[in-house]
Amino acid sequence: MQPSDMSAVDLVTAVRHGDLTALRATEAFLERIERLDGQINAFLSVDREGALRTAAAIDEKRKKGQPLGPLAGLPVAVKDALCTFDQPTTCASKMLAGFRPPYDAEVVARLRAADAVIVGKTNMDEFAMGGSNENSAFGPVHNPWDLTRAPGGSSGGSAACVAADMAPVAIGSDTGGSIRQPAGLCGITGLKPTYGRVSRRGLVAFASSLDQIGPMARSAGDCALLLETIAGHDPGDATSLESPVPPYGADLDRPLEGVRIGRVPAHFGAGLCPEVAHAVEEAFAAFRAAGATIIDIDMPHADAGVATYYLIAPCEASSNLARYDGAHYGHRAEPGRLHPAEPGGHRAEPGKGSGASGGGFESALVEMYCRSRAEGFGPEVKRRIMLGTYALSAGYYDAYYAKALKVRRLIRQDYLDAFEKVDLIGGPVSATAAFKLGEKSGDPLAMYLVDLYTVCTNLAGVGGISFPCGFTKGGLPIGFQLQAPALAEPLLLRATDRYQHLTDWHRRRPAIAARPR
Amino acid sequence: MTATLTAAVPFTTVIGLEVHVQLQTRTKLFCGCATTFGAAPNTQVCPTCLGLPGSLPVMNRTAFELAVRAALALGCKIAPFTKWDRKNYFYPDLPKGYQISQFDLPFSSQGALEVVDPKGALTRNVRITRVHLEEDAGKSMHDETAGTGDTRIDLNRAGTPLCEIVSEPDLRSPQEARAWLNELKLLLVYLGVSDCNMQEGSLRVDANVNLHIPCDGGRIAKTPIVEIKNMNSFRSVERALVYESARQYEEWQATKAEMGKTPKQTRGWDDPAGVTRAQRHKEESSDYRYFPEPDLVPVTVSEEWLAATREAMGDPPSVLREALAATWKIPPYDADVLVNQGRELVSYFEDLAGRVGEGKVASNWMQQDVLRTLNERGGSIDDFPVRPAAVADIIGRVAKGDFDTSRAREIFAEVLASGRTVDDVVASMGIAAVDDDELISLCRELLAANPRVVADVQGGKEQAAAGLIGQAKKKNPNVNPGKVRAMCLELIRQM
Amino acid sequence: MSLSRNDVAKVGLLARLALSESDLDTMTRELSTIVGFVGQLEQIDTTNVAPLAHPLDTQNVFRADVPQPSLTTAQALQSAPRHDGEFFLVPAVLGDSGAN
Repeated sequence: MQPSDMSAVDLVTAVRHGDLTALRATEAFLERIERLDGQINAFLSVDREGALRTAAAIDEKRKKGQPLGPLAGLPVAVKDALCTFDQPTTCASKMLAGFRPPYDAEVVARLRAADAVIVGKTNMDEFAMGGSNENSAFGPVHNPWDLTRAPGGSSGGSAACVAADMAPVAIGSDTGGSIRQPAGLCGITGLKPTYGRVSRRGLVAFASSLDQIGPMARSAGDCALLLETIAGHDPGDATSLESPVPPYGADLDRPLEGVRIGRVPAHFGAGLCPEVAHAVEEAFAAFRAAGATIIDIDMPHADAGVATYYLIAPCEASSNLARYDGAHYGHRAEPGRLHPAEPGGHRAEPGKGSGASGGGFESALVEMYCRSRAEGFGPEVKRRIMLGTYALSAGYYDAYYAKALKVRRLIRQDYLDAFEKVDLIGGPVSATAAFKLGEKSGDPLAMYLVDLYTVCTNLAGVGGISFPCGFTKGGLPIGFQLQAPALAEPLLLRATDRYQHLTDWHRRRPAIAARPR
Repeated sequence: MTATLTAAVPFTTVIGLEVHVQLQTRTKLFCGCATTFGAAPNTQVCPTCLGLPGSLPVMNRTAFELAVRAALALGCKIAPFTKWDRKNYFYPDLPKGYQISQFDLPFSSQGALEVVDPKGALTRNVRITRVHLEEDAGKSMHDETAGTGDTRIDLNRAGTPLCEIVSEPDLRSPQEARAWLNELKLLLVYLGVSDCNMQEGSLRVDANVNLHIPCDGGRIAKTPIVEIKNMNSFRSVERALVYESARQYEEWQATKAEMGKTPKQTRGWDDPAGVTRAQRHKEESSDYRYFPEPDLVPVTVSEEWLAATREAMGDPPSVLREALAATWKIPPYDADVLVNQGRELVSYFEDLAGRVGEGKVASNWMQQDVLRTLNERGGSIDDFPVRPAAVADIIGRVAKGDFDTSRAREIFAEVLASGRTVDDVVASMGIAAVDDDELISLCRELLAANPRVVADVQGGKEQAAAGLIGQAKKKNPNVNPGKVRAMCLELIRQM
Repeated sequence: MSLSRNDVAKVGLLARLALSESDLDTMTRELSTIVGFVGQLEQIDTTNVAPLAHPLDTQNVFRADVPQPSLTTAQALQSAPRHDGEFFLVPAVLGDSGAN
């Protein structure tokens, strides 16, 4: 069996037993990246040398009989939103092109300590803002199931590289669905843990009260393996939870008898594509067959989720992204344009453009800020910064930001009420399967509505998982989502694993991933 | 003093102060970088205080506790629940693009600190609006001679913990403002909250000032409030306020402009020139878009925590002044002088007074000898070479009559200069107690040589005996002048 | 809810984003649509509902006041667009913002 066909759990077992070297495993995936990524564009940088060096060091360790970490020899792709001291960290933004942080994200440090092999940094929507990966400053990711379609976003590169077997597992981040939606559209399994379960330190912030890092893999079992390494308290993140990390892989095969799964009838409204609705209902039937009870529940404020999210997230983002101003790091506009008063220099015309008060910029500094940010950020990032700045500004705060926080409480209360009646909430991840690249890019609002089924999980701070539950007639994967109360990751993983023992959707590979003859 | 000054002008100056003090922690508010003053630029920085992508803040417990201590000492109510907010604005000394501060739920509010003027009658209760905890910004340095050159940014100071103390506009004169600041500084230094070193920027003051001017018909005209910045000593605060009061009065006489019709003006104090100057007003600068800091969790302060903080706090200066006066039976003026020198000096005094047994004597020595020489030498009382035991030893020997006070001062000076023990110094100066036989023969000698003095005394002019003391000292520097005088008079009576 | 071009220009300055004439047109149109959409929250009754800024209920997270190693100056400045080996360099400004 080729390393690229093995599950992550099998792969680390094989390395530990000496049946496979870390070097061989790493080479196999690097070879696939080399062969496939020209078409998919899942990686923003590949650290071939670093990965091979790490793999060789792990093999050496094993040879010497030194203890190996739990992920020894496992190639991992990391979303480019996580800081890595030895590789660029760009967030797919021109603003951070070539930026090298002087430190590792906590999750990256834990991966290294577990002897994982970081093969590269994956493409994404710029600063994790988007649901199609088209907002990358370095070109969109192509969905391995159909290269003309979007992989979803923002963790589209992580989803696509796992779907195309360019990495057995990947790290993503999820602020409003950015792990679950691309996992669904690419036919893989992706988990957004409970807020605070995984340290955010070193994750480039989009919306701090919503962001959460999670594993993306081909199965629940592989997600469990990865989560066990990355989860846990970090004293360097004040919002990190102290609860101990359970062995996520230990309890996966316990049957689902007695587990109550909520079904929200309102999810099956007019916007839901019939093929998706059908596959999702089939999945409920499979869970019933596996022993679970399906109970219809109401989430009365779910409809308000997208509007609430698109206030809170941009407000936080407008502040989180203020640091990208060209002063201390990142893109700075060319100094030639910074002195409008100089003869021959570009002078902002009076009354034209903004950043200008009564004509030109009030100082060279303000001009440097305004132009650096205008040049460094893409259109969607600018829209959200503008929206958030507006919603927090004097006179609008109460109507927008404060109102959204109140609705957020109502949404969280819906979850608390629901989890009195059920153990999990099931449903679609996205209303449709993967859409065409360019299909929604002209209409920001249509793109926001893609997040309909995923944003409430983040607003409530609970956990959610997405995995394939069928395919469209056109051969595109369809995702199913389960959500659970805070810290119920073991149940999310177990339910998914049980489902994946009854079905083989998660084993299907896109044609592009087939080995060349 | 203040009262006469304010009475001399046809208006009342109304002043509120905003004080930022750097808390005495080893590390910054949200990261483990040191806060040592004077380090080479950009050497005390890390991803968090540089505002690098992905970095996160974690609250320094000591900073929070010191801030609570300050608030308690200022009589503030401590909020049972407090949180932090982001204050958003762009400036290159603020690398995150926002300052973590407190907006609508500061950890404390509604306190007060009295201005105490023990020499005068004036005591004024100045209310504290709020005290909150926030992070400092870095330093921007601009070489003005270079004209359009770059501004240099040092982020060592970025993220240093600051306590912001805002008073109500309860102060009524520049002198009073200065006195209040002195008292505030003393309090914070006593409690170990801050070293309040203005030169190093650990204490910064902004003042809000306007005038209340009585007009015809009993109406009070209020001039527009001006905020004064850039004052780098308490003396400049006083000078700036004096200047600004006069400036506002002149302006009012010319324009009759009153409060509320113009936005609050900010003026900077130019110390060498002795004037305040208007600073450029930025239209959008006031829209800070505060919102709750999502990277930090709120703090709830329990009653037990407060009780423990109070317990560990020690007495504030105002309590100490009264306690010192009562315990050692010294005048309020003495207690004030001693307490204002700081907690270490008070400990020194208490040690000394305990050994001497007489507060007033100890206090006199403190003020006339210890403090005077300490001020000449500089340095702290803890490093002062003459310890309380030695001073008490000297005072004790004076009381026993071994030598007089002026001789004692010479001994004190010699102990201080040489670092030797009192015994050593007394021996090396040849100071030995003069016994009665020696004294009698010395006095007989003197009387024999000065028949005129004897005659004068016998004629009723006892004070003539004083003329003998100088001669006695010449013959034996160790004689006690009082004893010489008494012995001579006795011998003359026996003649 | 629709925003005026002037509103958008003001927000652009607050956000320090230079907007060209055509940026202003596009942004005014798009933001009006989005603000109209999020404005639907107005219809939800939130009487007596307290804002929820954060999903966590945890409180009192502190660290000890113990110094940790800092970065070297070279590391601190490694990504600076302009520096002189000691300081970050930015276009001229006068004075500190003072963090007041």
